[in-house]
Amino acid sequence: MSEGPYTHQAADTAYHFVKSALAKGHEVPRVFFYHDGVNVSSRLSVPPQDERHIQKNWSELAQEHGIDLVVCIAAAQRRGLLDANEAERQGKDANNIAEGFRISGLGQLIEMGIQTDRLVTFGD
Amino acid sequence: MSNIKKFLYVNRKAPYGTIYALESLEVVLIGAAFDQDVSLAFLDDGVFQLTKGQDTGAIGVKNFSPTFRALGDYDVTKLFVERESLEERGLSEGDLQEIVYEDEDDDWAEKPSIKIVSRAEMADIMSGQDVVLSF
Repeated sequence: MSEGPYTHQAADTAYHFVKSALAKGHEVPRVFFYHDGVNVSSRLSVPPQDERHIQKNWSELAQEHGIDLVVCIAAAQRRGLLDANEAERQGKDANNIAEGFRISGLGQLIEMGIQTDRLVTFGD
Repeated sequence: MSNIKKFLYVNRKAPYGTIYALESLEVVLIGAAFDQDVSLAFLDDGVFQLTKGQDTGAIGVKNFSPTFRALGDYDVTKLFVERESLEERGLSEGDLQEIVYEDEDDDWAEKPSIKIVSRAEMADIMSGQDVVLSF
């Protein structure tokens, strides 16, 4: 998923696609967040109450179905998204990765291309 | 190795202005460690990524175009560029960087990595892949 939440529909389309695929009996082992898509993982997102909460939707879906939500570390660091370990390592005073997401490398994307039947991209 | 898949990285966007081209190249470099059958496709404004003489000094952005010349060292040796996309932008093969690799099956002879293909050939290349990643 490679586009920023709220700016672009990709985060929503991917979410509904994953839900539908699961409902049809498919397995979705992992979702990889890249480019501005990494911004979905910020737990500091506070959308208005009458709007969908994209980060929370993903965190809940992941918890319910055991989906591995991986955020690209290089893309995340450029855009100010750090987990507790990275924040400490980089000497930063805060971290902001939401529950259910984990930071890792691009190899996690390639690995899915090798292991799965289908790799689907959401973005422009 | 039995589990080798054909990976195609499709590059459709100009090298600067958005980050897609740079972050695509980062995936290619990491992906090279997985010993898959890798090809790159350049079409639409993506053909500008391979132009020679790029100078980003005035916009304060890193010029990453020299990295394409290192792809051969990562065994990434198939760069397909769509002829129609070049022509629509007033470009020809001579406007592109020279990118070569050393062919280990041919006494390490230097060979060009870039191959200009038609739109129809590009469609065939795409349909023959296992995994297509679009940037």
